[in-house]
Amino acid sequence: MLLRLEQLTKRYGTGDLALDRVDLQVPAGQVMALIGPSGAGKSTLIRCVNRLVEPTAGHVFLDGQEVTGLGAGALRRMRRRMGMIFQEYALVERLSVMENVLSGRLGYVGFWPSWFRRFPRSDIEQAFRLLDRVGLVEHADKRADALSGGQRQRVGIVRALMQSPSLLLVDEPTASLDPKTSRQIMRLLVELCAERDLAAIVNIHDVALARQFARRIVGLRAGRIVFDGSAEALGPEQLTAIYGEEDWSQTIRPVEEEDEAELAA
Amino acid sequence: MSSLAFDPAAAARAWRPRPWADSAALRWAIYCAALAYAVIALGTMEVNWTRVAEGTARAGRFLSGFFPPDFVSKRSEILEGLAESLTMTVVASAVGIVISLPVALGAARNLAPLPVYLVCRAVIAIGRSFQEIIIAILFVAMLGFGPLAGTVTLALTTVGFLSKLLAEDIEDMDPAQAEAIRATGAGWFQLLAWGVLPQVKARLIGLSAYRVDINFRESAVLGLVGAGGIGDTLNTAFDRYEFDTAAAVLLVIIVIVLACEYSSGVIRRWVQ
Repeated sequence: MLLRLEQLTKRYGTGDLALDRVDLQVPAGQVMALIGPSGAGKSTLIRCVNRLVEPTAGHVFLDGQEVTGLGAGALRRMRRRMGMIFQEYALVERLSVMENVLSGRLGYVGFWPSWFRRFPRSDIEQAFRLLDRVGLVEHADKRADALSGGQRQRVGIVRALMQSPSLLLVDEPTASLDPKTSRQIMRLLVELCAERDLAAIVNIHDVALARQFARRIVGLRAGRIVFDGSAEALGPEQLTAIYGEEDWSQTIRPVEEEDEAELAA
Repeated sequence: MSSLAFDPAAAARAWRPRPWADSAALRWAIYCAALAYAVIALGTMEVNWTRVAEGTARAGRFLSGFFPPDFVSKRSEILEGLAESLTMTVVASAVGIVISLPVALGAARNLAPLPVYLVCRAVIAIGRSFQEIIIAILFVAMLGFGPLAGTVTLALTTVGFLSKLLAEDIEDMDPAQAEAIRATGAGWFQLLAWGVLPQVKARLIGLSAYRVDINFRESAVLGLVGAGGIGDTLNTAFDRYEFDTAAAVLLVIIVIVLACEYSSGVIRRWVQ
C-alpha cells in the first residue's frame, strides 16, 4: 500500500470534529476521488496527509514510513514525495510561470541556490518538458497572474509534478473552472497519473466528474467514510448516505449521455 | 390592476433619506449645543487688535529679511549641513530597513509564535510611542551633540514605522500561496523567500522609499535639538539673525524633499 491512514482524527481548536477515526488505504497508481458535502472534512483529510494540518490522533504511513510524528526536517523530505494541487491554483502570482514551476524543487535545493534561482540544469530541463507536455512552454516567462484559470491550474499541476512525487493530493482542482476546462484538467490529471504510475486523492464537489474520471470513489460525511467503492457502485442510495436526501436521478446518468447533452447544447 | 397595487413613483416621492439620528429632539439638541459652544468659545477668546496690528508689521519685516536668500556667505556651512543630513538619512534608512525586516516577520501573527510576536510588537510600540524630537533629546543626552544621536533616532523610528506597516502587509497576504510553497517541502527561509517575499516586495520597496523621504525631512528638524544635520545649520542661522542664510537653507530642504518625493514616486511605479 502506498498510503495508509489509521484511525486518523482531527479536532480543531474550536471543538469541531473534522475527521473521526478515518481508516483508508490507497495503492500505488490509483486515482481516487473523495466526495462529500462542504465541511465533511475532505480538505482536512488531504492536509492531514502532508501535515499542513496537524492531525489530533491517528497515523499516516506513506510507503510504510510513518508521516505523523516526523521532525521538521524529515517532514520536509517527506512532503517532497506528496505533490499538492489547489482549488484557487495557489500560484505565487508575482513570480513567473517558470519560477512557480521550479518552486516544486524547493525541497531538493538549498536556500541560497533557490534564492539566486540557481536550479540544477536537469530541473530546468524537466520543467520545460512538463510545460511542453501541458502546452504552456511559450508562457514560461509570463507572470503567473497573466494566465487564465485553466492555464494556471496546469501550472499548478506541473509544480506538483516537479517534486517527483509518488502521491498527488488534489484539493478541488476544478472548483474555479468552467465545465469544459474542468474536464480537460481532470483528463490531464488522470493521464499524467497513468504515465507516471502516480496515486492521487482528488477532492471534488462534482459527482459526475468524479464518476467520469476516477475508478474508485470514497464518500465522506461529517468526518467519517460512508462509501468506498467503484464509480459504478455509486447509486442514489449511496449518494443519499453521503449528502442526504435529494433527487439524484440526473446526477448519475451515464457519463456519455451528459457529454452528448453538452454537445447538443 | 387593483387599487392596492404598489405605486413605485409615489413611494419614491415619499421616500426620505434616513436622518443621522432617529430622534428629532436629539438632533435639535445637538445642533443647539454645538451652536452654544461656538458662541461661548468665541466669547472667551481675547483678541488684542493693537497687538495683531504690531505683529503684522513685524512679520512683514521678518519675512523681508529672508530676501534675497543668501547661499554664498555661509556656503561651506550649508554644504556641510546638507552632507551631514544626507549621510544621516542614508545610514539611518539602511540600518533601519535591515533591522525592521526580522522585526516585521516576528510581528506578523500568521508567521510568528505568540511570544516572538509579543516581543516584536513591543519593539514596534517603543519605536512609535514617542515623537522623533523626544527620542532625539534622549539620544543627544546619551551620546552627545552631533549626527550620531540623530542617526540612531532615525534608525529607531524607521524600525517602528516600517516593521508595523510591513507586518500588517504580511498578515494580509494570501495564505494559499504560502501554503502551496510549504507543501513542496520548502524550508522556513525558502517559504519566506518564495511564498512571502514576492507578495510583499512591492510594498516593502515603496515603503522604504517613502521612509527615506521622511528621514530626510526629520533630519532637518532633529538639528534643532542638537542632533546634527542641516537643522543645526538652520538653527544657527536663526540664532544669529541671518535670515537670508536661513532662507537659503529652507530652499535647499524644499528642493531635496521634492527630489525625494519624485524619486520615491518613480520607484513605486517601477515596482508595481
